[in-house]
Amino acid sequence: MNTTGSTGLRPILERHESTLLANWITAQKAAPTYRPDLIKENELRDQCRDFLRALMQAVQSGSQNVDGSEWQPVRDLLASISRSRGKQGFSTTATATFIFSLKEPLFQLLQQEYANDPKVLAEQTWATSVLLDRLGLYVTEVYQQTRDSLIQRQQEEMLELSTPVVKLWEGVLALPLIGTLDSARSQTIMENLLQKIVESGSETAIIDITGVPTMDTLTAQHLLKTVAAARLMGADCIISGIRPQIAQTIVHLGVDLSGVTTKASMADAFILALKRTGFAITRPTAGR
Amino acid sequence: MPVLKSDTVPIRSDADVVAVRQIVRVWSIEAKFGLVDQTKIITAASELARNTLEYGGGGHMFIELVEEGVRKGVRLTFEDQGPGIADVEQALRDGYTSGKGMGLGLGGSKRLTNEFAIHSVVGVGTRVTVTKWK
Ligand SMILES: Nc1ncnc2c1ncn2[C@@H]1O[C@H](COP(=O)(O)OP(=O)(O)OP(=O)(O)O)[C@@H](O)[C@H]1O
Ligand SMILES: [Mg+2]
Repeated sequence: MNTTGSTGLRPILERHESTLLANWITAQKAAPTYRPDLIKENELRDQCRDFLRALMQAVQSGSQNVDGSEWQPVRDLLASISRSRGKQGFSTTATATFIFSLKEPLFQLLQQEYANDPKVLAEQTWATSVLLDRLGLYVTEVYQQTRDSLIQRQQEEMLELSTPVVKLWEGVLALPLIGTLDSARSQTIMENLLQKIVESGSETAIIDITGVPTMDTLTAQHLLKTVAAARLMGADCIISGIRPQIAQTIVHLGVDLSGVTTKASMADAFILALKRTGFAITRPTAGR
Repeated sequence: MPVLKSDTVPIRSDADVVAVRQIVRVWSIEAKFGLVDQTKIITAASELARNTLEYGGGGHMFIELVEEGVRKGVRLTFEDQGPGIADVEQALRDGYTSGKGMGLGLGGSKRLTNEFAIHSVVGVGTRVTVTKWK
């Protein structure tokens, strides 16, 4: 019998599948990371059984190379479990526990199997441990990738969400900016606003920066470029909501906003915009 | 000058510039800066971090919470191993840019802080240190 590597797992997987499955599930349910609220027990059971089957086939192939093609089904299965856990909201630790909780039940069976041969037992325990560590690492990597792409997608969604251009009045648009304007966001915001100006044929756009925590030269430059581009399209921009700390910083930076109409508040900017379009706000006196 | 604590932040991407602003905000609040001073040092940090990234090809920021007598301050050191600046005086001049910027970042961060020092060697790199006191 070949007792090098993790081939000693083979008799165990073949003969003790149901014991192993039961003990493994018990171990997972006992772990502090167990989340019955996120995964049903029968779903967990199916995943565990599928994994043990795939593992058995990979071990039977005799290949020790976890990255090789014989292990592809095992990797695919782990990747899909890992991805679904990532989406279900499991933590990294909870996801990796799927693999690491298999150690103890496997070691117990190895001990029974090789009780008479301490040397082989030590070898097999070591090889199995290495194998599970590598599979665990793989699970963590896939999990991380899933979370990363999830976060990236959310960021992109937020990018869209956070730049709503609203129509305040006939010919008057408003863009309330919230958060820091980084290059990517500034670009989206600028394009979005210019697009809306064209679509609505608006003459005035109010850019409100009450929600912008800091304004550095890059942000200022993007803002000035937006104002200039809007002007070329026949729309005037009013910048409102410049808070005292931002005003002071802009002055120290040396950014020149003198060519841009500014107003303290969005309300002031709106009144100015109305005036420009020929409207006036009056309080009705009739019926008093 | 006693240093109460310090930390290093890598500057390799746009996201790192955001991280720089965040840590400077937290530390300047810790130094009991008012809103105006917070905004000033954060803005200076943003400028210098972007220069480190854009012209220095990346580097890091070393941040220190310092104390002198009863007043606290935040000291920031930006370092890169980029091309360096041949003419520092020109780089500091308002409106000078070798890229597509406004050319206001370097001079602006000098005006936004209390102490400003720049050390640059062509072919070796650039180090800019600024300190803001409460
Ligand atoms: N770390 C650096 N390494 C090399 N050159 C630098 C570095 N920092 C600044 N410079 C040079 O100094 C010039 C002026 O910098 P400054 O920050 O004032 O303006 P800018 O970055 O070009 O534009 P802005 O900061 O207004 O967006 C830069 O264009 C660049 O040539
Ligand atoms: Mg700059």
